[in-house]
Amino acid sequence: MNGAILALENLTVRFGGLAAVDGVSFHVEPQTVHGLIGPNGAGKTTAFNLISGLGHQNDGHILFNGETIDDWPSWERAQRGLARTFQNIRTFGEMTVMENVLAGMHAHVGGGLGATLLRLPSFRAAESAAIGKARDILGFVGLADASARRAGSLPYGDQRRLEIARALASDPKLMLLDEPAAGMNPSETASLIDLLLRLKARGVTLLLVEHDMHFIMNLCDRITVLNFGRKIAESTPVEVRSDPSVIEAYLGTKVGERLEAGARVR
Amino acid sequence: MYEFLDDFLFSYQSLIYALGINGLLALSMYVVLAIGQLSLGQAAFMGLGAYTSALLTLKLGAPFPLVLLASMAVPAVAALIIGAPTLRLSGVYLALATIGLGEVLRIAFVNSELTGGALGLSGIPEKAGYTLIFSCLALALIAFVLVSRSRIGRAMEAMREDEIAAGMLGVHLPRYRLSALVVSAMLAGLAGALNAHVSSFISPNDYGFDAAVTILSYALLGGIGSPFGPVVGAIILTLLPEVLRPLHDFRLVFNGLIIVIAVLFMPHGLVPWRIRRTGARA
Amino acid sequence: MLAQQLVNGIISGATYALFALGFTLMFGVLNVVNLTYGVYFSTGALIALYATRHFVAPILIALPLAAIATGLIAVVIDGLLLTPLRRKKAPELASLMVTLGATLLLYSLMTAFIGTDIQRFPPAAIDPSAIEIGTVRVSRSQMLIVGTAFVMVVLLLALMRGTRLGLAIRALAENPDVARLMGVDVTLVTFFVSFVSGTLGAAAGILIGLNYNAIQPYMGEAMMLKGFAVIIIGGLGDIRGALIAGLILGLLEGLTAGYVTSTLKDAVGFLLLVLTLWFRPVGLFGRAAIKRA
Repeated sequence: MNGAILALENLTVRFGGLAAVDGVSFHVEPQTVHGLIGPNGAGKTTAFNLISGLGHQNDGHILFNGETIDDWPSWERAQRGLARTFQNIRTFGEMTVMENVLAGMHAHVGGGLGATLLRLPSFRAAESAAIGKARDILGFVGLADASARRAGSLPYGDQRRLEIARALASDPKLMLLDEPAAGMNPSETASLIDLLLRLKARGVTLLLVEHDMHFIMNLCDRITVLNFGRKIAESTPVEVRSDPSVIEAYLGTKVGERLEAGARVR
Repeated sequence: MYEFLDDFLFSYQSLIYALGINGLLALSMYVVLAIGQLSLGQAAFMGLGAYTSALLTLKLGAPFPLVLLASMAVPAVAALIIGAPTLRLSGVYLALATIGLGEVLRIAFVNSELTGGALGLSGIPEKAGYTLIFSCLALALIAFVLVSRSRIGRAMEAMREDEIAAGMLGVHLPRYRLSALVVSAMLAGLAGALNAHVSSFISPNDYGFDAAVTILSYALLGGIGSPFGPVVGAIILTLLPEVLRPLHDFRLVFNGLIIVIAVLFMPHGLVPWRIRRTGARA
Repeated sequence: MLAQQLVNGIISGATYALFALGFTLMFGVLNVVNLTYGVYFSTGALIALYATRHFVAPILIALPLAAIATGLIAVVIDGLLLTPLRRKKAPELASLMVTLGATLLLYSLMTAFIGTDIQRFPPAAIDPSAIEIGTVRVSRSQMLIVGTAFVMVVLLLALMRGTRLGLAIRALAENPDVARLMGVDVTLVTFFVSFVSGTLGAAAGILIGLNYNAIQPYMGEAMMLKGFAVIIIGGLGDIRGALIAGLILGLLEGLTAGYVTSTLKDAVGFLLLVLTLWFRPVGLFGRAAIKRA
């Protein structure tokens, strides 16, 4: 528990009479890839929203690097190193790819109003440095050639990369990825796995929500399983895959069939 | 040649002044729309600026630069009072509160002896002119362009596109919202003061609902992709009724129609150019 | 004196409540601040005026007729302006802006055709009788206002809580997508809510127009400020809130006019609005109107 980069303690979120997240506790070790899985409606995205500062919990706490961040608004969490991508891609469609990544650096680029208006050397230096760093990030995710294109014009897979690039630009210690592989074909998924592993190598901790079992099993060091808002299992991928309660939770779903057959999805 | 220009300028004096003033008002609308908010307080802020400046000049004989500063400060304070509580609320509250402000100020101006009641204030000396008005407009435009091409400009556009995603990148949403509102109030107040000191006469009816919505129509017609859009919109909507006589009588109908058409069919407005948001060569 | 002020306050309060009901309904259910609402107020009064004047219709027929006609106008406006935006999932500020534009457009058109002079109902339509209880005098039309306000609140609450249609409306208010999946005919329910809002606004306009006998196109706009105050103080979307906030506002205004100064009367609403925003933004009965992170 000590040294965990993220810890949820008894987190509960209720909508009306229904507990979307019910007393969930788990922690994420730094520089690991941690998966959060469960059938639809298990509370994964709700938990993500709470962690990133959208919405209010009814009970429990969220700790980031040992500090309780319950009352912190999303921008403060972002400034402290928590980044997030969304299930439906939310790139800034009208802005260029480069501008999207630069926007990601908002918390770390210098340039107050005065320096901006007077175009002081400090401003120019900050902008050039930011653009240089943005180029590096775009190169890292494989979008270097697209930097001047309108973000909305990119193909789906590239927009996902852009969202990741933008999140990476905020220099996060922990990145939350909400179904990053959604809508991707096998080759795109493979490149994404590669990208995320390189991200991990750079020292970023990743917390993922995903349905793609192949993706999860290949990437994660540890997996927490939710069902109906409660944690039902937490272990390594190998153990989780053969855990009867997990299989039962997915019963009736395609994922469940595959789990049961003991085969790898795809 | 110069005589011709002189005559021309004289006959169309108030029209040319209006172009500059409305340009400033359009920019005051722009700064709020640029972050995805809707404030309809521009006319009210303009009225505050106009009355503040007129009263300072008429009753206290204050030096003009001070008058201009005051005409920006007073609306700024009003913006803080109205804006601060709505920062964490949905954008609807700000819109309603600013409409309400307009109405209340109008009532206050009409009922107060200090402000000359329904008849307004007259005899305001002419202390502003082409140079001042258009310099202010030019400076404001330059400032907006400089800010757009910077980290602040990126944050603003990010907020407009997707507030939640912007917050997740560390953009301090309440601070930006309040700042935009205050800047909008200051610009509108300045426009009001300048207008008062070229028109010599102001009345409460100039700053009501009609004016507020007209200012919105400038920005929506021109488009908010860049600071130039709303100014172009203001120019067109100021000139058009002069050029097309029938439009003059139905000016308000036309402005309302513009807004409806712009929102439904032309969300980007007329000016297609989108200003870039980097402060150096990308 | 005090008693009459209080009674007057209740009457104006009922007026505001009646006006605010349709407005808050539209916001609470359709999640849109429809600023053309003030137009419905004026339209209702104007239609009733012309019905009594040119067709010599008795007020008992003119009132429902005008209300229904306005309700239909509301449906048309919603269909033309707001439904396309809903379909495009446009940001809520887009609905605000488009209804603003429509408001300016419609008021200006009305003014262009009818003029800004104050018009009056023909004498035959007005019932001047009043009752007196002690020192307090209440006219029949004033009682009609209060009565209508309370009856409408009761009817609306009954509709919302006791009928299937009410359930469908509440489902739509919670989550339009889920409601659609559960078989709610979203289009029909939306139009019904628009219709009811329009008729409520019109009814308010007619009754108030009758009471003060001063009708002009912009009368709706003057009410809108009071309407904003009432719906924000009462809570966006809440029916009881509209009634209670309306009564509170009316009473406070009456007391201000009586004991402070009558010029400040209109500022009371705005002051209450700002105070509400500062200290209790959801209003008296509002649910989580705070949307932001």
